[in-house]
Amino acid sequence: MVLQTLKNCLQLSCILRTPKAGFRSTTSRSLIIQSVSTDVYQNLAVEDWIHDHMNLENRQVLFLWRNSPAVVIGRHQNPWQECNLRLLRQKNIKLARRRSGGGTVYHDLGNINLTFFTNRKKYERMENLKLVVKALKALRPQLDVHVTDRYDILLDRQYKISGTAAKLGRTTAYHHCTLLCNADKFVLSSVLKSPYKGLKSNATPSVPASVKNLFEEDSSLTCEMLLDAIAEEYAAQHQIDHHITLINPADETELPGINNKTKELRTWEWVYGKTPKFSVSTCFNMVYKDSVLDVKVDMDVKHGRIEVCNIDLPEQWLPAALCSELMKSLTGSKFCPNETTTLATTLLRVCPQDDELHSKWNLLCENMRMLM
Amino acid sequence: VCIHRVRLCSSIRFIKSKYVCGFDKSALKFSHQQRLFRTSAVSCGQIVQFKLSDIGEGITEVTVKEWYIKEGDSVSQFDNICEVQSDKASVTITSRYDGIIRKLHYNLDEIAYVGKPLVDIEIDASKGVAPEEDVVETPPMSHEEHTHQEIKGHKTLATPAVRRLAMENNIKLSEVVGTGKENRILKEDILNYLAKQTGAILPPSPKAEIIPPLPKSETMPAAPKDKACKIPVPVSRPIVFSGKDKTEPVTGFQKAMVKTMSAALKIPHFGYCDEIDLTQLVQLREELKSLAQIRGVKLSFMPFFIKAVSLGLLQYPILNASLDESCQNITYKASHNIGVAMDTEQGLIVPNVKNVQVCSVFEIASELNRLQSLGSAGQLGTSDLTGGTFTLSNIGTIGGTYAKAVILPPEVAIGALGKIQVLPRFNGKGEVFKAQIMNVSWSADHRIIDGATMARFSN
Repeated sequence: MVLQTLKNCLQLSCILRTPKAGFRSTTSRSLIIQSVSTDVYQNLAVEDWIHDHMNLENRQVLFLWRNSPAVVIGRHQNPWQECNLRLLRQKNIKLARRRSGGGTVYHDLGNINLTFFTNRKKYERMENLKLVVKALKALRPQLDVHVTDRYDILLDRQYKISGTAAKLGRTTAYHHCTLLCNADKFVLSSVLKSPYKGLKSNATPSVPASVKNLFEEDSSLTCEMLLDAIAEEYAAQHQIDHHITLINPADETELPGINNKTKELRTWEWVYGKTPKFSVSTCFNMVYKDSVLDVKVDMDVKHGRIEVCNIDLPEQWLPAALCSELMKSLTGSKFCPNETTTLATTLLRVCPQDDELHSKWNLLCENMRMLM
Repeated sequence: VCIHRVRLCSSIRFIKSKYVCGFDKSALKFSHQQRLFRTSAVSCGQIVQFKLSDIGEGITEVTVKEWYIKEGDSVSQFDNICEVQSDKASVTITSRYDGIIRKLHYNLDEIAYVGKPLVDIEIDASKGVAPEEDVVETPPMSHEEHTHQEIKGHKTLATPAVRRLAMENNIKLSEVVGTGKENRILKEDILNYLAKQTGAILPPSPKAEIIPPLPKSETMPAAPKDKACKIPVPVSRPIVFSGKDKTEPVTGFQKAMVKTMSAALKIPHFGYCDEIDLTQLVQLREELKSLAQIRGVKLSFMPFFIKAVSLGLLQYPILNASLDESCQNITYKASHNIGVAMDTEQGLIVPNVKNVQVCSVFEIASELNRLQSLGSAGQLGTSDLTGGTFTLSNIGTIGGTYAKAVILPPEVAIGALGKIQVLPRFNGKGEVFKAQIMNVSWSADHRIIDGATMARFSN
């Protein structure tokens, strides 16, 4: 298996390295590649790499990949609006922001991802999706699957089994889509439900849909079979061998510069910082000893950082100076529970050492955390 | 005099807010006419309207989601202008021209139309409109010897902006390695080439170094040495350095640290350092490591140090105390909540192990594991980060021997542990043996702690 992988990787390097002959490349055959990694950031980085470095004038590429549990938001979306970040952190599910537009999806190993790379002029999403449907029907003729005009693939006319997104650059374009084979629907629905209230933004909203796994329709289906069927159809339509080249997204020699791309996709600045400006306007109750307090919070968040922060507390509950200190410190800091905790606990060191004060402060900060 | 000033203003708004009260209407009319007089230097270029090109799939409108440039920025061909979105497709629009952005036709989240102007770019009049495709062959230029067109029989790809940069710096394009698509030479390639030439280290690291210009021989003071010893005069090169200072506001957690450290500065610190022979501890840990592993706990040296501190605090409780703001009262804390300084992506955070006085070394080790994994995941809770009474900083894991640690208020002492070194020492019989030595540096609040207490505690 290893030798096969090696052989495949070597072949790839010959193909990927475009000769110095200028615009025309000597090989113009389309290609099917599959990632050996299930790391969402590494796989997204491969897409970036192909988009930036491959010459797609005379050839097209199909990229097949799967990820370990992750939520992937679209380029211009707001993660707080789209998913339950608290739950994600608890369950150790990764959060990634892709470079293409569209809505939020949940990936796990029961979901397959397909990316169709073409040059800008040959960008045609409907064709790609029809190819997928054709492959599914060739595999299981009884499947009732069709493409909608929103570029979704529906099963039995009602359940969404695939969502689409695309990225267009100056000379290249890619269209990628998901395909639910055997994903965990329970986790999917719970992580894609946002508990955060009072958010107002112009970020692209997701359109929720009822989903179903192909496995539920036909329990003999596996991800491998689907990948294979799609590759076969692609090979037929592009007149190439049904041959899948494996690539390792961590291999810097095969894909020079890929590790930097992966790193960038992991940064807080990309995942959270690229969220379009939004505001949070909410109130919550805090129970302290025998009383219930009403707290009103208003914040403006830009580039993932709190630009404006206002906390309205019942009078005298906390010394005014302390409250304004908290608001001042939060201003400019990341809209992030961890940042808030470390900030708040550090500030506590310079507050008067009073147990009651400390427990009130901690209670307030806990609640502020919950908003993030 | 006032009218003269008004004339030089290029913004009518400025006039309205500052001078209107002093003038009558006629003066304003006068300034209106003068409004078009621009004082900016570069203004004779041709303004080109860069239209939003066809997206494909019959799409006619898109939403502008992000601007990568603003009015007044200069752009090169192929630089990113903005990101637009249309029905799940995100499109990066790049510039077709070199020039200066003069107008953005849309605000964020507005709908932009295909075929309509997106931005106005002012192109340098002397150059004219740049072609739509890459420039592969350029007509012979007067600086031909500096801008070689061919590398190994192949044409070099580079935009006019890049060629100009190369020409300005006397660089032969044939000697530059292109890292762009199809080996196109990018701006970064020219800069990297320059860096290698001058020996300067260029960004991305902001800590770039400039080689200072070498003094000319005439400006050197008359050397008292004999003239037979000739000092070779180094050839001074034109220093090309394109790094820029980067200023960022101090925000969030850093702001809190500024506050804490400023408060810490008010504490009169004294330091006390010593050397500890850990030879026996190293042996003990080796023996216990596998046992701990079986129980699922990673055993480092820290749990031993933490327990040792606690045992010491039982004898010298003043080191586990807190002095109030007015310096009137000392509160002796009952719990030994030993803080462990952790270096994370954010910076220095100090979670603490609670009630070490009643914990065994093993329990401390397992609690430390929990804090460490939460710390690296960025998920430490409020209670983990508050209530500390004494802090240890194991800076030795990174390196160093002695350190001068800063006390974290409201505590009164802190210990910095250096790295363990294998050093020769003399034993009781006067023989040299291999010892595992670690240096510890204590800092304490001299208002309530004295040197003797610290020394005895350390012992």
